[in-house]
Amino acid sequence: METCHTHGRSTDFEVHRNWLAITHSLPVSRWYYENTSEWTLDYPPLFAWFEFGLSHVAQHFDRSMLVVENLNYASPSTVLFQRLSVIFTDVVFIYATRECCRCVQEQKRSRDNLHRPSFILAVLLLWNFGLLIVDHIHFQYNGFLFGFLLLSVAKHLQSQHLKGALLFSILLNLKHIYLYVAPAYGIYLLRSHCFAQNNKDGSVRWRSFSPLRLLALGSIVASVFALSFGPFIAMGQLPQVLSRLFPFKRGLCHAYWAPNIWALYNLLDKGLVMLGVRLRLLEEAGLHRATMTGGLVQEMQHSVLPSISPTVTLVCTLLSILPAMTSIWRCPRGARGFLRCLLLCALGSFVFGWHVHEKAILIAILPLSILAVESREDAGIFLVLATTGHYSLFPLLFTCAELPIKVTLMLIFTIYSFTALRKLHSAQGPLLHPLEVVYLLGLVAVAIACEVVFPLSPWQQQLPFLPLLATSVYCSVGVCYSFLRLYVSLLRQREKPKQP
Amino acid sequence: MQTWNLVSISVLLGVVVRWGVSLNPYSGAGKPPMFGDYEAQRHWQEVTYNLPLQEWYFNTTDNNLNYWGLDYPPLTAYHSWICAYIAKILNPEWVELHKSRGYESSAHKLFMRATVLVADLLIYIPAVVLYCLYLTEGSSKRKVSTLFCFLLYPGLILIDYGHFQYNGVSLGFALWGVVALGLGWDTLGSLAFCLALNYKQMELYHALPFFCYLLGKCIKLGLTGRGLFLLVRIAVTVLMTFALCWLPFLSDPNQTLQVVRRIFPVARGLFEDKVANIWCSLNILIRFRSILSSDSQLYLSFGCTLLAVLPSSIKLLTKPNFWQFKLALANSSLAFFLFSYQVHEKSILLAALPACLLLSDLPLMVIWFLLASTFSMLPLFLKDGLLVPYAVTSLAFLFFSIYLMSALVHCSEEDLRLSAYHKLFSCLPKLDLAYILRWKFYISVAAMAGLSIMSVVLAPPPHLPDLFTVLVSTAAFLHFLGTFIYFNIVQFSGPPSKSHKKNH
Repeated sequence: METCHTHGRSTDFEVHRNWLAITHSLPVSRWYYENTSEWTLDYPPLFAWFEFGLSHVAQHFDRSMLVVENLNYASPSTVLFQRLSVIFTDVVFIYATRECCRCVQEQKRSRDNLHRPSFILAVLLLWNFGLLIVDHIHFQYNGFLFGFLLLSVAKHLQSQHLKGALLFSILLNLKHIYLYVAPAYGIYLLRSHCFAQNNKDGSVRWRSFSPLRLLALGSIVASVFALSFGPFIAMGQLPQVLSRLFPFKRGLCHAYWAPNIWALYNLLDKGLVMLGVRLRLLEEAGLHRATMTGGLVQEMQHSVLPSISPTVTLVCTLLSILPAMTSIWRCPRGARGFLRCLLLCALGSFVFGWHVHEKAILIAILPLSILAVESREDAGIFLVLATTGHYSLFPLLFTCAELPIKVTLMLIFTIYSFTALRKLHSAQGPLLHPLEVVYLLGLVAVAIACEVVFPLSPWQQQLPFLPLLATSVYCSVGVCYSFLRLYVSLLRQREKPKQP
Repeated sequence: MQTWNLVSISVLLGVVVRWGVSLNPYSGAGKPPMFGDYEAQRHWQEVTYNLPLQEWYFNTTDNNLNYWGLDYPPLTAYHSWICAYIAKILNPEWVELHKSRGYESSAHKLFMRATVLVADLLIYIPAVVLYCLYLTEGSSKRKVSTLFCFLLYPGLILIDYGHFQYNGVSLGFALWGVVALGLGWDTLGSLAFCLALNYKQMELYHALPFFCYLLGKCIKLGLTGRGLFLLVRIAVTVLMTFALCWLPFLSDPNQTLQVVRRIFPVARGLFEDKVANIWCSLNILIRFRSILSSDSQLYLSFGCTLLAVLPSSIKLLTKPNFWQFKLALANSSLAFFLFSYQVHEKSILLAALPACLLLSDLPLMVIWFLLASTFSMLPLFLKDGLLVPYAVTSLAFLFFSIYLMSALVHCSEEDLRLSAYHKLFSCLPKLDLAYILRWKFYISVAAMAGLSIMSVVLAPPPHLPDLFTVLVSTAAFLHFLGTFIYFNIVQFSGPPSKSHKKNH
């Protein structure tokens, strides 16, 4: 299916073509200064080196794509090369899936191949709707990057912490969005790896601190960073690189609001504005009209509620993940506790973060699949989060031609995940609370309203962003709910420390 | 997992593959003045919507039959009319008389592809699901695997959703006919098959087996009693269906004759393009078209086709059970394809459908044949720019069908019903035929892959510009001939194993 779509593309396609051109045609010192195209290089240096390597293969397909001035160049061979590169780098993801499946704890009962947890996990990961949509139709290298993340998690599950740390450092230098989950790694490695033993009640034994392990960890991380950032520090370009990596001039929300808490906040603000105007408590002229739903990526001002600045979001995020981290510090539950903490960091950053892209929900959904095939409660959380998160990706594909594909793929993944997980955990009772079922069915109603009813209704012209608003607000309820449930499951486990 | 979940996932996957292929170019895209089959279908919508029924098949000032004149029976015309009606609501420019010639836009392409998908969802896919769930043997897992592989057959997907045609409708109706006959509903089966015939006249390839099966069944029930009653019922159904479909054209004998003339153009030669049948392949050695006159070519092909199709039909007449029926369908359509007059390469789909029916019974041979059939249409796909979908769907079909149907595992002599071959070649030393067959399969797949790659990558030498096309069609012809002989031997080699004793 991915290769059948060889002639379609999106802006991300042009972004990566531009980066191929920059890394191939320009010297290293110009990489982070180049801005002929609006899509400047804003990933860490290791990804730039990756694109540099790819560009050497690209020149055999079509040399013209490597010319920086060829903006929006998209010959058939270019498209073919880009799509093939995604397919090939997905090999990393497939390998990581295999490693994760090996770590899954099997039940004692023997089942046939189709119903083994590791098989279900493999399908949930490889056929993840979000990943398919984002990588192959929208075009990104997420499969490759998630491969590193899952591989690192698998290594931790297999108690090979140094390898896991190495993989994560590489990942951080490939795409810095994974800073979201870096605190989990930090706390876990410090607590479980550097302190070699625990007291009998699970609390930290300060004496067992091993400086050797800390040194090993530190040197691995430092060397990866040095390899990646080294040339740029030597050239004194570090501030420029950092400013490219962290552009805070963008607004609180993306053009399409990610389904996090700020979407609800924006909605509340809008609602209060409308109420205030109706009740004549506010003057219409003094308001910033339609700034947030105007679809542009700019600084946004709230009219009634206080405006949110990047610092506020940072503080909120840190506050949200602090309980999880202290819980892991006080009572480490081995690698699975680490995984839960990682999920909470990812979700916390998603829910409270600044300028979050809705694709970031995949950082939470993919690792949650591992927990979902092992425990019933996690399976329930997974079903809610995955369905809601995947549906929130629908606005990424907005053309009519892609509608059947995204609907059928979503249906396939949803049907499979529901039936497989229900069969797997059938002995322990129902997976979903009736209210959750009602919420998920409501998703179908929202989908029909947004995709079918709205385009044919008269409001299409006046309020073009209404379906996006509805989607993101409805999904943010589900996402925040899953976040809370995961938190509860982590804190509740604290009473009974489990085996790692 | 319950069967219905797996069935719905398989169907959804089939839909995804189809829609994925449909995003690729269609035949004649951007190639004025004649364009291709896509433009033909659009033109028929234009003609049927704007002109009165009496002018549809005639050469008038408004309707130039040289520019894609209607050459399918009336049901296609009615279908085009319905699509045109919807097109008019969406965007009148698509079907405006004369002005919309060569109209191409992404919205229009979306509309046309959607019509194909809707037709498939309504007619073809339900028939496939019913067939695989109720008329195949084995565990539910095997039935779902058969369903998935059936839906994944690349040839039909690439022609309908790539090249652009509506084969799913005619094949779907034929399949409904098969399903109905399999379940014992003979009148409904004949009704469905008549609808298929009235959609595309090429369904005549399947007509003989339907006829022989039903006639044989009537004879078996006794021509004096219930058999006669059944015969009359079927005859009445057939006549009524034809009458209903042709009703508007029956008022004037001229009309009827003109339609018949359009759908059976006997003025053309023995074969047109390079096609994988016997005349084109032997043409390399014996130049038929220059030696024989047009009439003798007609008689020669008629005679050979009759000879080829007769054994299978007579066997079916004497033993009208469902197993024989399926094999006779395959044999008849292959015989017509190999020996008949003015065959198009797309006609192999008419043989592929009966082969898919046998997917669960003879997996290895059927998969082999289906791959060869897709391969035989490679020149057409290359012309349409469908190389990547061809490669992807063929590879996916190969891997999934071999894995899911365990084709290479259940490969003993008994499974492949090669015992008859032993009797034929009893003079030769005892060889492990199954082992040889498996190796032949590997070599053949490698050869097909190699030829495909060569056709794409290498340029033919200047004095032999059609080299690769001829090589492809000859290789495919050899596969088809081998399959034809094999199916005939299987049909004659005595009753199938106990699990196949479904006598209707």
